[in-house]
Amino acid sequence: MALWKPDPSFYPSARMASQAPPEKLAYVVTFDPQTALGRSRNGKPDSLVVVDVDPSSASCGKIVGRLELGTGNELHHFGWNACSAALCPYAPHPHVERRYFIIPGLRSSRIFIVDTKPDPRKPALVRTIEPEEVAARTGYSRPHTVHCGPDAIYMNALGAPNGEGPGGVFLLDHDSFDVLGRWEVDRGPQYLAYDFWWHLGHDVAITSEWGTPSMVENGVNPDLLLAGRYGHAIHIWDLRKRRHLQTLDLGAEQQMVLELRPSHDPTRLFGFVGVVVSTRDLSASVWTWFRDDKGWQIRKTIEVPAEPADPAQLPPALKPFKAVPPLITDINLSLDDRFLYVSCWGTGEFQQYDVSDPMKPKLTGSVHLGGITRKAQHPRAGELNGGPQMVELSRDGRRVYLTNSLYAAWDEQFFPDGVRGWMTKIDTNPNGGMSLDKNFFVPFEGERPHQVRLEGGDCSSDSFCYP
Amino acid sequence: MINDWPWLAVAAMGAYHGLNPAMGWLFAVSLGLQERSRRKVISAMAPIAAGHMVSIALVVALVGWGAMEIRPHLLQIIGGSAVALFGALRLFSSRLHYKWVGMRVNWWDLLVWSFLMASAHGAGLMLFPVLINLPVCSTSASLARGSGVGAMAMAQTGLWVVLVHTAAMLAVMGPVAIAVYDWIGLGILRKAWINVDKLWAATLMGSGLLVLVI
Repeated sequence: MALWKPDPSFYPSARMASQAPPEKLAYVVTFDPQTALGRSRNGKPDSLVVVDVDPSSASCGKIVGRLELGTGNELHHFGWNACSAALCPYAPHPHVERRYFIIPGLRSSRIFIVDTKPDPRKPALVRTIEPEEVAARTGYSRPHTVHCGPDAIYMNALGAPNGEGPGGVFLLDHDSFDVLGRWEVDRGPQYLAYDFWWHLGHDVAITSEWGTPSMVENGVNPDLLLAGRYGHAIHIWDLRKRRHLQTLDLGAEQQMVLELRPSHDPTRLFGFVGVVVSTRDLSASVWTWFRDDKGWQIRKTIEVPAEPADPAQLPPALKPFKAVPPLITDINLSLDDRFLYVSCWGTGEFQQYDVSDPMKPKLTGSVHLGGITRKAQHPRAGELNGGPQMVELSRDGRRVYLTNSLYAAWDEQFFPDGVRGWMTKIDTNPNGGMSLDKNFFVPFEGERPHQVRLEGGDCSSDSFCYP
Repeated sequence: MINDWPWLAVAAMGAYHGLNPAMGWLFAVSLGLQERSRRKVISAMAPIAAGHMVSIALVVALVGWGAMEIRPHLLQIIGGSAVALFGALRLFSSRLHYKWVGMRVNWWDLLVWSFLMASAHGAGLMLFPVLINLPVCSTSASLARGSGVGAMAMAQTGLWVVLVHTAAMLAVMGPVAIAVYDWIGLGILRKAWINVDKLWAATLMGSGLLVLVI
């Protein structure tokens, strides 16, 4: 359905989007770890749940809606059919609605198209794209990231149907949701995939690296890890010609280069990417990419060291190291490109950095929740397990929502008791600093929450063509 | 003076295309914002206008050729059906959308982009009903057959149509782009970017059909 005026949630610039009204609903995907891992066939179905986040509502902090999407999908990341990129000047289609969620199952490779209207609390399934269709049209499998682009819906996938690589980007038509095909014209040396995003103002796409399905689906493989075989590079692409331009290698010890957060301001050309673990010292890091006279470069700008720990408290995989790795698994950048939020899932620490100078981040806030050994408490729930993992930030930059599950097969390796799902909220100070909202705690029973999306958009949902 | 209406229509359509953000001024503004350069906004106008002009000129040339080579009645049927069909396609299919990707455009890219945008929009086709009502078309077309003088008059009129249309477009697009860049700001898009796609498509279809029945 076309609108008469542009969708009110579309903003020409990130600056304007940061003035958007506060969200009243959050959408969270959940999955049952037992069915995801094939240990149970009659577990709880994976779901899209709707959480009331309106402080003036009596049901604030409660799940107020749920759409069940079948078992064994391992819902992970998801995104909107359309966003502010629809206002881009070169392929404008401003009258589409931000209405449908594109929800891939990372394990099943099914893609669900879910309608959030007419009742945003009662999302409804309108189409399921089967893995065979994705494989036939693209050669890819295990779909992961979704971004609404100016001309189409862009998605990527971890690998091929046989569990090997390469993983890459593919397109969906943004009206019919038909799978259009593989995006790359020339992929160069790129083989591994995880996340992708872009600098629309510069016709540049960036992709990152985790591992092929066979490298990740049975848990983290210590042999591959110590051999430096998981992803350790990002790739720069010509978005327009769909060609690989350059590989920026962080070094083989920098294992698993995950979430990409390019500057929201399309005139600027820098971004941040999180590295889960260094095999040298178990530290985690954030790197800043940029382009200057010498071309594309990337530098480590944040390093979070491992914390020494009593082996008795550590899961088997970590005992020999006598330390807890911070494991930076997700990061998020505020719409004004000023604050970077960093999840240290292993140590259970959530950090805020002032990145006004992207080459010199300054730590401005820290909150502890869970963690492998620390198990930091929440006033509403006591001791927590898991740690801050997926981060989503409101458009005005004032509220952070966190969930605690990483990936079914990996959760158990770091938290052998299993991850008991939760969603928490953190309030931020516009000048730096943050504090836990002691009243907001959403527990998940028999299911684990993953990505959070906010009604009307958030800090990782939209791309902008104007500064 | 009653014969002036086609010229007014030619200019009005140019002005309308100038006002439409999708036809070019928005791209000009974004290029200026990207480089923080007002000069960039202005310099983008020329290739955008040129691309639009080529798209229009193509239709004008085709119609002029048709007016000389085929019977007026047949021209009406062919042209009218083409316009009506294109309108119907735009009205009933959602599959037609622009696939262009790229903000880093040079002069030539911008011209091609503008040409494609205008053509996909049916900017030139909309002129068909007007063109066949221009006095020179209806009167000298019959004379033109086999006559150099008539052909010259046709070509001249065609040129004027293209110039008037493009000038009107520029006259609106230029000030709008500068005004948005300098003081209105892009927030205006959220309020003022009215969806006239279907209206435009219906108008195309309607005017095509009108040509067929008259």
